[in-house]
Amino acid sequence: MIPFTLEKARNAEQAIAAAAAGARYIAGGTTLIDLMREEVERPERLVDINALPLAEIRVENDVLVIGALARMADVAAHPEVQARQPLIAESLIEGASPQLRNMASIGGNLLQRVRCPYFRMLDAPCNKRDPGSGCSALDGLHAGHAILGTSDHCIATHPSDLAVALVALDVTMRVLGPQGERSFPVEDLFRLPGNAPHLEHTLLPGELIIDVQVPAGAYSRRARYLKVRDRASYEFALVSAAVALDIEGGQIRQARIATGGVGTRPWRMRAVEEALAGKPPQRQAFEAAAQLAVREARPLRDNHYKMELLPRTIVRALELAGEVA
Amino acid sequence: MTTRVIGKPLPRVDGRAKVTGSARYAADFNQPGQVYAVIVSATAGLGRIAGVDSAMVESMPGVIAVITHRNAPRLPYGEHKSYIDPAVGERLHVLQDDRVRFYGQPVAIVVADTLDRAERAASSLKLAYEAERPIVDPADPTVEAIVPEGARHADTSRGDADAMLAGAPVMVDETYDIARENHNPMEPHATIAAWSGDRLTLWSKSQFVVNEQAEIAAIFGIPPENVQVICPFIGGAFGTSLRTWPHVTLAAMAARQTGRAVKLVLTRKQMFFTTGHRPRTLQRIAIGANADGRLTSLIHEGAGETSRYEQFTEALTSASGYIYSCPNVRTRYRLRQLDIGTPNHMRGPGEASGIFALECALDELSYSLGLDPIELRRRNEPEIDESDNKPFSSRSLMTCYDVAAGHFGWSRRTPEPRSMRDGRLLIGMGVASATYPAYHAPSSASVRLLPDGTAEVAVAASDMGPGTYTSMTQVAAETLGLPVEQVRFSLGRSDYPPAPSHGGSWTMASVGSAIRAACIAVQEKAVRQAVADQRLTVFGGAVDAIEWTGGRLRRRGDPSPGQSYGDIVSSLGKPIEAEASSQRDPDVAERYSMHSFGAVFVEVAVDPDVGTIRVRRAVGAYGIGRVVNPRLAASQCTGGMIGGIGMALMERTVLDPRDGRPVNAHMADYLVPVNLDIPKLEAHFVEEVDPHVNPLGVKGLGEIALVGMAPAVANAVFHATGKRVRTLPIRIEDVLTV
Ligand SMILES: Cc1cc2nc3c(=O)[nH]c(=O)nc-3n(C[C@H](O)[C@H](O)[C@H](O)COP(=O)(O)OP(=O)(O)OC[C@H]3O[C@@H](n4cnc5c(N)ncnc54)[C@H](O)[C@@H]3O)c2cc1C
Ligand code: SF4
Repeated sequence: MIPFTLEKARNAEQAIAAAAAGARYIAGGTTLIDLMREEVERPERLVDINALPLAEIRVENDVLVIGALARMADVAAHPEVQARQPLIAESLIEGASPQLRNMASIGGNLLQRVRCPYFRMLDAPCNKRDPGSGCSALDGLHAGHAILGTSDHCIATHPSDLAVALVALDVTMRVLGPQGERSFPVEDLFRLPGNAPHLEHTLLPGELIIDVQVPAGAYSRRARYLKVRDRASYEFALVSAAVALDIEGGQIRQARIATGGVGTRPWRMRAVEEALAGKPPQRQAFEAAAQLAVREARPLRDNHYKMELLPRTIVRALELAGEVA
Repeated sequence: MTTRVIGKPLPRVDGRAKVTGSARYAADFNQPGQVYAVIVSATAGLGRIAGVDSAMVESMPGVIAVITHRNAPRLPYGEHKSYIDPAVGERLHVLQDDRVRFYGQPVAIVVADTLDRAERAASSLKLAYEAERPIVDPADPTVEAIVPEGARHADTSRGDADAMLAGAPVMVDETYDIARENHNPMEPHATIAAWSGDRLTLWSKSQFVVNEQAEIAAIFGIPPENVQVICPFIGGAFGTSLRTWPHVTLAAMAARQTGRAVKLVLTRKQMFFTTGHRPRTLQRIAIGANADGRLTSLIHEGAGETSRYEQFTEALTSASGYIYSCPNVRTRYRLRQLDIGTPNHMRGPGEASGIFALECALDELSYSLGLDPIELRRRNEPEIDESDNKPFSSRSLMTCYDVAAGHFGWSRRTPEPRSMRDGRLLIGMGVASATYPAYHAPSSASVRLLPDGTAEVAVAASDMGPGTYTSMTQVAAETLGLPVEQVRFSLGRSDYPPAPSHGGSWTMASVGSAIRAACIAVQEKAVRQAVADQRLTVFGGAVDAIEWTGGRLRRRGDPSPGQSYGDIVSSLGKPIEAEASSQRDPDVAERYSMHSFGAVFVEVAVDPDVGTIRVRRAVGAYGIGRVVNPRLAASQCTGGMIGGIGMALMERTVLDPRDGRPVNAHMADYLVPVNLDIPKLEAHFVEEVDPHVNPLGVKGLGEIALVGMAPAVANAVFHATGKRVRTLPIRIEDVLTV
């Protein structure tokens, strides 16, 4: 590990000032310390934000507000989260391991780095780690990599499960920075790799995530997160789908679908959603619509199976959501 | 009144030490003034080191030494080979030349005053390579299959298997590809090395301390008695610590160069480089049968990968010669040499891979014949071991099938693929046989009777988790007639009486028999001394008129309580000691074929939409001779079954073809089963008395517990889905399309 300084922020102003001067925020540390141990991340200065009052989970005018420092385990177990936004609870429980969920924060989860193995290996070219060095996965092994939103510079998937759920639910995030506060959809946090895969998100220098705000919708409770992987727990998704359905009178009024494990960012499936509007919540309609999910996909040698697995995962998640009473 | 402790489900005698943290593993033996070494691993897969720039690193804070091939001492590397080393080839000589033979080979070692500084320095060391493209895929068409020089049975044949196959009414002819696996025990490899003059002490994770002692002595050109290896506890190994790998040499080298005690712990990533692995294997099985299911021909051809510098062999095809009755059998075993580190034994070595292919093919045959897979095996149950025309010392395969089938509820199975469901899930039930040789290697043991009536037993054996401490205590207690609390058993020091390697399921047979022999010897000695001791009641008695019962000595027929070990030792004024050895009677070995057998049943559920495969339950029944401790045996079995589930559905080390690097050398990416993957696992032991294998009548269990699991899973996956997958691990993408 490369030497660094660590300071503890007592309030947001202090934290933001430190970050604006080049410090990195540290919350649970489960991404950051891990990558610092491997010398992939090399911050010289860390500012510990755990003392800030940002761990609260509350409901304001029907909007569920989750503080950026709330722990994955606490959010997943929270009765308001489970009752109002079960999709969020499920996406959290399906992620990482109990030990990690006890440490890991919501803000950190959204900003976790990719799981591409070459990203972690300092002796392998990686545009995301060392801009311009090349992409080892493209001609190398990439069974776990993305089929959507890829570029010739990077094909890594965004690994967060929570982010998939938040993107499906049109969640807004609030950030505070040297220039003040702003809010924007979580979906806008994530950049496509394009020709600059080292730029992963749209936060401005020094901006601190304060909370995420989950609006209530008619679809919120008929919602499921399905994560498909080779072992039953403690593995990132091969493919995942977050689905929320508003069903009325035997017809889908509105479907919200986002997928993980397939895109370079959490991938909202708007074409599938539109195709489902007005249809009966039945398998035939699900299957027809799910085919649209791979219309623009670009599979590579090793990840062709995702072309098959993605629509199937969406179909199954839709079925599961449809079964919710 | 004898104390029956063999066969009792005793809890682990070392359980408290382990759960309270007082059990000390290799890396726990911190030494005064100790410094830290970190290995630098090659980042090229083949070629040579073209340049080393160590000046900057040498001046980093705390750095004590930077050792590369340029400044490393030239070590004698005296000749040394044990049966655990490949018979052909020469071990990797570390830091002795500029050659890079495989990705991750140690190319430097950095020593510093703290671990953190050593890590920093190691990652800052710059090496330049002249790199070539390695070949790491055994299926690469340019890779030649060679006949292993050392293997006893590279080619075997009886009858004319090829001709009979061609004319067989029913046949199966398929190929199988099993991925490379790394052992990945919880405890990393670790060595602390300290020299005192030309004497070296190694606190080092090892399943074979006396071999580590001999090997390091040979490498450094010092007498073996100058090397002491200490390893009282092992946090899992599965075979990876059978050999003495380069890091042990490096720790000793660094300690000698710096004149300090040196601690060296491998990272998880480094455990994918130089500490062995289950070789990837490519196999072909062809079976011909009559319409009634009797085998007429069996061909088993297999090749395992090995390194370019050593020929690692395992018993990939040997079970095909004896497990079933078949007049025409041909086996062929080959090696494919690659630019990789040498593989080594991993739990169930050879059989686990070979039996996978055979038992999957047999399952296919059962479908071609329309015959129940258990019935198929019943029809081919041999009278004797037909590979060498010897009777089995004991064989309970069909009893195992009957017992396990009953517990599993096999009769509820409908044979048609995709015919069983639970809601929307496809249910599959599969079976497979398991077998593993019942070995017995020479071992010694010592016993000391102390004045307080207790006994100390010592052997240079190991306990990587099966419960050696406990089972050996039971053997000693029962033989001496003492309560287990009065027996203290020690292992894991190279100056104890020598034991064989802790693998091959022979520890119970070998070490247990030696302990039994030593206990009998010490009793005989005690009797001889007691009858010569005027202060004892047995004084003057004839040696053969004296007997031990319940840990007490008396003249035969004498109703008095007699005298305890403590009385005799106290009277004598010093402990009574004896050492004894045991090995298999060569006559018996000549006359019998000795193997354990088992039957494994598995139920899987496959999601028809997304292809997830989950094992829902597994039942195994095993004929392993006498069970010394049923609680430990059950635990051994569930551990092996879990390893088998890993082999079937998760474990594989993926190498990048461009430079041979393992891309998933990380516990988040190298999948092993987690709790949620493991359902209820049941192990049953059939009653089996085998008077031939060894005096204890035990056949060993650790290895066979893994064998058979993977084919049972694969056969269950076929039953569930109708999709026959002949590669391991079986993954979602393999069953997505039927
Ligand atoms: C082995 C393993 C398995 C995992 N499996 C999964 C999985 O299956 N699914 C899944 O979704 N995740 C998984 N994770 C990722 C895990 O969820 C994240 O590591 C965790 O959520 C990160 O949170 P943290 O608080 O520890 O972040 P930290 O490591 O503290 O920070 C991560 C990043 O976020 C920044 N940051 C943190 N908080 C803020 C804030 N409030 N404002 C601005 N920036 C901030 C930090 O500067 C840093 O760049 C896994 C992780 C590991 C190590
Ligand atoms: S896919 Fe992205 S993260 Fe992976 S090697 Fe290529 S650039 Fe790096």
